[in-house]
Amino acid sequence: MTSPLFDSPGPRARRRIRTVTVVAVLAGLVLVALAVRQFAINGELAAARWAPYGSWPMWRYLLGGLGGTALAAVLAVALAMLAGLVLAFARVSRHLALRAPARVYVEAIRVVPLLLLIYFAMFALPRYGLDLPLLWKLVLPIAVSRSAQFAEIFRSGFRSLESGQGEAAAALGMRPHQAMRYVIFPQAIRRVVPALISQTAGVVKDTSLGIVVSYAELLESGKVLAGYNRLLIQTYLVIALLYFAINYALSRLARAIDARQRLAGPGSVSSPPPARRGRGRSRSAAATSDAGPRPDRVKA
Amino acid sequence: MNGWGDHLGTFAEGALNTVLLTVFSFAGAVTVAVVITAFRICPVRPLRAFGTAYVELFQNIPLAVWLVLFVFGLPAVGISFGLFTTAAAATALYMASYYAETLRAGVNAVGAGQTEAARALGLGFGQSLAAVVLPQALRAIVQPLGNVTIQLLMNTALAAAVGVVELTEAANRINLVLAEPLPVYIGAGVCYAVLALMISAGTALTERKLAIPR
Repeated sequence: MTSPLFDSPGPRARRRIRTVTVVAVLAGLVLVALAVRQFAINGELAAARWAPYGSWPMWRYLLGGLGGTALAAVLAVALAMLAGLVLAFARVSRHLALRAPARVYVEAIRVVPLLLLIYFAMFALPRYGLDLPLLWKLVLPIAVSRSAQFAEIFRSGFRSLESGQGEAAAALGMRPHQAMRYVIFPQAIRRVVPALISQTAGVVKDTSLGIVVSYAELLESGKVLAGYNRLLIQTYLVIALLYFAINYALSRLARAIDARQRLAGPGSVSSPPPARRGRGRSRSAAATSDAGPRPDRVKA
Repeated sequence: MNGWGDHLGTFAEGALNTVLLTVFSFAGAVTVAVVITAFRICPVRPLRAFGTAYVELFQNIPLAVWLVLFVFGLPAVGISFGLFTTAAAATALYMASYYAETLRAGVNAVGAGQTEAARALGLGFGQSLAAVVLPQALRAIVQPLGNVTIQLLMNTALAAAVGVVELTEAANRINLVLAEPLPVYIGAGVCYAVLALMISAGTALTERKLAIPR
């Protein structure tokens, strides 16, 4: 049991739990039955409406969309990570001239919806002579908006290391940038790998906005397909399933790495400081959230 | 810069819709999240499994997909509300998974000893949850809840993709007529920033209210 809320139940509690279990399962079954009935009434269950999804041409088309999603996501993650790293270095810099603009950028981007950035790339940039290809009208806004999140992740990685690490490096005669390069950075990167992966899942979700720029990623392909075969529900459910498979795999991966790192714990990486313990507790939230951890704001 | 006056109405309507979407989605999301969290920390396994399944399902599928499924899919199975309500419901159910994650993190952050002490004092499961655990959990997660709410505000923009005229869509339409993209989109951006600042301020205020007096 993962919750601190109850200890192991006694015989009476066990009986009560059994009763509630049965009731819950029955209620669940009734709900599913009602949903299926609603589908059946409207003829959405007819085999003919699902059969196309057993055929290859349909899947070939959707796999094409999946390829588009993968391409957009990989490009966006690469760009956002690079930009995020630069921003994070700027934010921990000793020079105010670097620190301040990076901070303003991160805070500003956080309060602008991605879709607004996409519309800006679609309708504003061309007017000023910058007409990007479709793919980039999607990828660039995603990279801009996610770069702020990646920056915060990297920065929280730097901050999660105890100050002793930097001090020890200084005692060995390292300059600050050397301490960053040889001591802090390698350790920090290891710690934020799970958060980076869950952020990637967030980017995959962002690429579904290809539907507004008409870039042929998964959701846009689904829209086109549904317009063509009129199997609206079926198509979007299959699409949803594909997104679920990708992102579930990513979030499991993030959690697995997180768990392994915490097992490896003190031996490989230095023992977690209090700040990290606070982070660790809410880690399950951080690891699956595409909002990304903002430990600087979480005053636990 | 002519003709701005005619468009202020559209802009105001968009801003109002964004605010309404945010408020309704917030109320819906928090309500659902409380129920889901109750499921997730419940000793009954099927209920716990349901809570987990909910969070995984909504979090791993993009909001844009939920929006098209709700807006175009539900009418096909004979269920329909208005466009605005449907968009708000999809956003609420999607964001509920994030609120639920945050709430659970808060509950887990309260030490097991707190419950044990409450139980030792003779409080039941529900009582110790309501009187001891939740107040402490809430204090710990006000900040993250504020962040999720800002996230929710940002996500209401996606309603534009299914045709709700909120701030982003309003900016879009005004730009189609005026062809003045820079001031229009920046104006919308500033509007979002102001709304986000208001949420931040609300968060700070709540945090001060909940703080333990020293």
